[in-house]
Formats: sequence, structure tokens, C-alpha cells
Amino acid sequence: MSVLVGRDSRVLIQGMGRHGTFHAIQCRDYGTSIVGGTKPGKGGTTLEGFPLFDTVAEAVGKTGANVSVVFVPPAGAADAVMEAADAGVGVVVCITEGIPTLDMVTVWAFLKDRGTRLIGPNCPGIITPGEKCKVGIMPGHIHRGGSVGVVSRSGTLTYEAVAQLTALGIGQSSCIGIGGDPIIGTTHTDAMKLFNEDPDTEAIVMIGEIGGSAEEEAAEYIKAHVKKPVVGFIAGQTAPPGRRMGHAGAIIAGGKGTAAEKMKAMEAAGIRVVKSPADIGAAVAEVMKG
Amino acid sequence: MKIHEYQGKSVLAQYGVPVPKGKAAYTVYEAVEAARGLGFPVVVKAQIHAGGRGKGGGVKVAKSLDEVEEIAKAMLGMTLVTHQTGPEGRTVRRLLIEEGMDLSGAREMYLAVLVDRATSRPVMMASAQGGMDIEEVAAKDPGAILKESVDPVTGFQPYQARKLASGLGLEGDLVGKAVPFMTSLYRAFEGSDASLVEINPLLVTQGGDVLALDAKVNFDDNALFRHPQLVELRDFKEEEALEVDASKYDLNYIKLEGGNVGCMVNGAGLAMATMDIIKLAGGSPANFLDVGGGASADQIKNAFRILLADADVQAVLINIFGGILRCDILAEGVIAAVRELDVKVPVVVRMKGNNEETGRKMLAESGLNFETADDMTEAAGKVVAAAGGAA
Repeated sequence: MSVLVGRDSRVLIQGMGRHGTFHAIQCRDYGTSIVGGTKPGKGGTTLEGFPLFDTVAEAVGKTGANVSVVFVPPAGAADAVMEAADAGVGVVVCITEGIPTLDMVTVWAFLKDRGTRLIGPNCPGIITPGEKCKVGIMPGHIHRGGSVGVVSRSGTLTYEAVAQLTALGIGQSSCIGIGGDPIIGTTHTDAMKLFNEDPDTEAIVMIGEIGGSAEEEAAEYIKAHVKKPVVGFIAGQTAPPGRRMGHAGAIIAGGKGTAAEKMKAMEAAGIRVVKSPADIGAAVAEVMKG
Repeated sequence: MKIHEYQGKSVLAQYGVPVPKGKAAYTVYEAVEAARGLGFPVVVKAQIHAGGRGKGGGVKVAKSLDEVEEIAKAMLGMTLVTHQTGPEGRTVRRLLIEEGMDLSGAREMYLAVLVDRATSRPVMMASAQGGMDIEEVAAKDPGAILKESVDPVTGFQPYQARKLASGLGLEGDLVGKAVPFMTSLYRAFEGSDASLVEINPLLVTQGGDVLALDAKVNFDDNALFRHPQLVELRDFKEEEALEVDASKYDLNYIKLEGGNVGCMVNGAGLAMATMDIIKLAGGSPANFLDVGGGASADQIKNAFRILLADADVQAVLINIFGGILRCDILAEGVIAAVRELDVKVPVVVRMKGNNEETGRKMLAESGLNFETADDMTEAAGKVVAAAGGAA
């Protein structure tokens, strides 16, 4: 078992450019069922063995795709997400970085009454290693199947944490990169609910960073509902206020969104918070021993 | 992207937001000419990308051309220090010469539009307590801040403006002035893909006028591709030179005060975490630097060049989680950059990914001043020691 994606996922790639095609191959090699890609004007042809379609609706009709990954460049990415939702795709993973915020405001409103879950944008995607299903750009080989759920706003920092777990022999149920933008489809709290309800997830790692209050909200949820052990880390303990630290959402604004505040809220919710990013794996090993 | 007050007012005016008459001046001559066209009194306002200018001596009233000349002479080139500039301050290079408003009996309020992360929707915020930091108002008296969340499907509606106007205590004809002010302000926010439009103070004069006495307009960097005319408003002199340089190579660099360990990392989250672990090891990070997912040889070379332009840097930590990236290719890029730029400071490399062993061997056999590390803790310990302990 796992969350969001697994052996039943039939994955469509939106945006079969150089980047999208490269990762389509990587995902297929990992074992993911990639059913095709969209490339307007190229419908009916194939690329690297993947059937191409002009529209998502057509692709869904012909392949039964239930998951899509968006590699479309920033100017058209919001449109691509809405196209997938309109075609009834259940899980849309948006890798694209640099989407205008007001485009995401529109997407958010569009998705509200539809049954589609968006992961990202500006994220590495989601992987369920035990079912050989990789939907994103993360390196598959550092993962192993198991019972720890990982949720994070960052890409490479997630890989770091996952590699620590794997090196200690601790496998993962699913790892969700929720993205570094201020407006994202799936929040820490949403991910926490999914892992809490997943019978095969026994412990959870939550990696946050400065900016916003998503980690504090997740801490509230954990305090009220989650009995599984949770290990947390917040990046940006040394970040100066008022500066955007790479991610569009990573900014301490008006004295709010500091690492100290978040760590305090998480500790108050019973989360095992580590100060060093190098201690995430060891802390999980400890909390799983009980 | 940040812009100057005079530029912000000009953008707002294009959407019909009432602002005082004014003109930008780069020289004393231009300042005097601008004032001549306005009549007296005028206000001379230093234009820098930071708030709190009044308290720092960057806003002065002039009653004659002679006074304008005197003030402009003193202000152009001065270092203006405010609570937002840091102790080093900013050099004043541009002025705004603006008609003086009659402030007797006037009320100063606050109005802003931004995207609320908690609701993923735009919000218009208003407060009757203008002229002070909104964060201060929020901390002392959160009830004094009124909010109207905007449905992106319909946009900001006049009834929402009436609610805010009523909450601000505006009555009679003033409501008729405040409503179009607010709807225009929202159109300016949406139309220019702003990340923040802040009017503080919003001036309500005794004569019954409502106008933007100050304006802070920030644009969403991600949306600039569809606003080429706004890109031209960027003032590079207001930004850290090294940060501008880095952005040309798709590097995200932010200098930190007082640090001596330079860091080069791929990914924003890992870059922040690397700064954190340097601090935990007793050192002090000199910068944030994200080289992105690819970390090409050219990027690594430019990253080194930018890092080492900071004279405080005593040692460099490279922390790359390659994943798909091959470590031997990365090592090749690092070795080439260190040779080409004749890097003298010790460099600690921690890399994870494909062909890790080959990469390490290449660094060790290069004859250059490299140390390698297995994990982040070891890497941080080594680089802090190499930098001579805490800064």
C-alpha cells in the first residue's frame, strides 16, 4: 500500500519536450507504467516508444491514464494542469518551476470543485518505491520500499533524507515533494492526512522550510489526529528575514514564517524535531524502535 | 522585482488610481525644473528600494526653488539609513519631486493587495491606522486590520470596497471616492501581476480627496515574461552587484553578513540546510548559493568566481546531491574551475550520486587543495576547521 500513486497508476506525460522525454524514459526504466505523452500537433505519432496525443482528453480516452506529470514550460503550465483536471485525471503532478502566482490562484479556484489532486508545482514529484512507481524527477535508486512516509517542500533535501533512511535499511511507503511555491496543490497537512490514513505507513518524516505557516497548520493536525511517530526538520534556521531563499515561497515576511516558530509549533505537537539535516535518518530509526 | 515609489505611482495612475502630481529627477537641475512645473510647496522624496525614508531624512518639504535646489543637492548622493536598509544604508541616486498635499485635518490610512498563502487567493487589506508599519498594527491590534478575500473568478467587487470603506469609517462622498480607488488598485495588482501593492499612507484629505501618498509595488518575478515594459523599470543599482551577476548564470546567490564559509549547493532546500549545518558545526555561512539541478561546468566556474569575490570567504563547501547527475562529471567541472580561477582557499567537497567513487578519486588525485567528506556533518566539520573556526 502507499499514497496517491502505486502499481495501478497509468501515467501520462504532459509536455514531451527534451526534459519531459528524458524523465519519461527514466520513469519507465524504474518500472512506472507510462502510457504516453501529449505534444500538440504530434498526435498519432510515437516518441521513444511512447504514443503521443494532441490533447489530454484524447489520451485519457485511449489509454485510461489516471495520473499525469506536467513538464510544460511556465507560461503554459497552469493551462496544462487545468486541461488534465478537465479530462478527469485524478492525480496531477506539476514539476514546472516559475509559474506566475496569479496563474496558480486561477488553478486553485478551478480545481476546488473537481476531484483532481494537484501535487506541486515546482516539485520533484511522488514515488512509491515498493510498487516501482516513480512519478517525477527524483533519482529512483536511492529509494527502497518500506513503511516511512516522507513529505517535503524541497527536492534535493528530500533526496538527502531518503538516502539517510535507505542507508540505515529503512524503506519508504511513498515520498511526496509538495513543492517550494507559495501556492501549491497539496500541503503538508494534506500529505499528513494521507499518510495517517495509509495502513502501511508506520512513521512520517516532514521536511519544511521558512515562509508561510503550512508547517504550523500541519503540526495542529498532527497534534489532534496523528498517532504515528513524526520526525521533522525545518531548513533555513540561518536565513535572513525579507530575502527569498531560492524557492518562491521561502521568505520570512514581516517577522513571520521563521524556522524557530515552526520548530516550536512542531515540538509542541509532539514531533521529534531535529536541528541538523544529517540527523533525520537516525531520528526515524529511534522513533520507530519506540 | 522591486521598483521605486515614483515608478509604482506611475503604474498605478495608468489604472486610474489617484496619486499626487510629481516627476522623477536624477540631477539637481531636473529637480528644480520639476518643481517649477508644480507650484509650491513641493515634497522632495529620496527614491531607494526601502521604507522608513522619512525618519532617515529622505523626505523634505520645499517652499521655493532655492529650497528645492538646496535639498536636492544634499539628498542626491547621500547615504540614507533606514530600518530597512541595514546600517550600511543606500546611496540616493533619484528623487521624486511631488506636489505638497494639505495635511491639515487629513486622515492617513492603509491599503494593500497581496496573495494570501493561507487561502491561495488575493486579499485586500485595509486599516484606519496608516503611516506606520502594518506588522506593528497586526501585532498590537489585529482587529484593526480589515480583510476582503477576492474570488479570482469574479475579481474584486464594489460591494467589497464599500465594506472596507465603511469599516475604515469613511462616510458620505468619501465612499464614492474610496470605492473606485480600491477597484482601480485591484485592477493594477492583477493587471501588472504584482506580488504586493501597498498604499501607506492612503491620504483622505479634509477637502474630500482620496489618494496614494506613498506606493510600494512589487512584481511577481515569474510573471515578468508577459510584462516586458515592467522589466525595464528594474534598477540594478538597488541590488547587490554579486546577486545581479549570479542571476545572469541562473545561479541563485544571496550574501549573508559576517560569514566566512562559502557554500555551493544544488537545490534551495538543501542550500538552506547546508547553511544551517555550518552554523551547527560552529561556523558561519557567508552565502546562500543554489546552482540548480544541473550544476554544469560553466555554472560551477561562475559560482566559484562569485563566491570568491566575497573577500570574507576563507573556505568553500560544495554540497551536491547528484541523484541523476554523475559525480565524475561534477568533479571534472570543479577541478577545471579551481585550476582556471586559481582558487587558493581550501575546498571541501561532499557529493552523492552516480559514480561517486570515481569522482572522489579524481578530486584526490588532482593535486589541488581538496578535502572530501562522506556526509553533511563531516563536511561541515571539515570546512569550519579549514576556515579557521567560527567567524
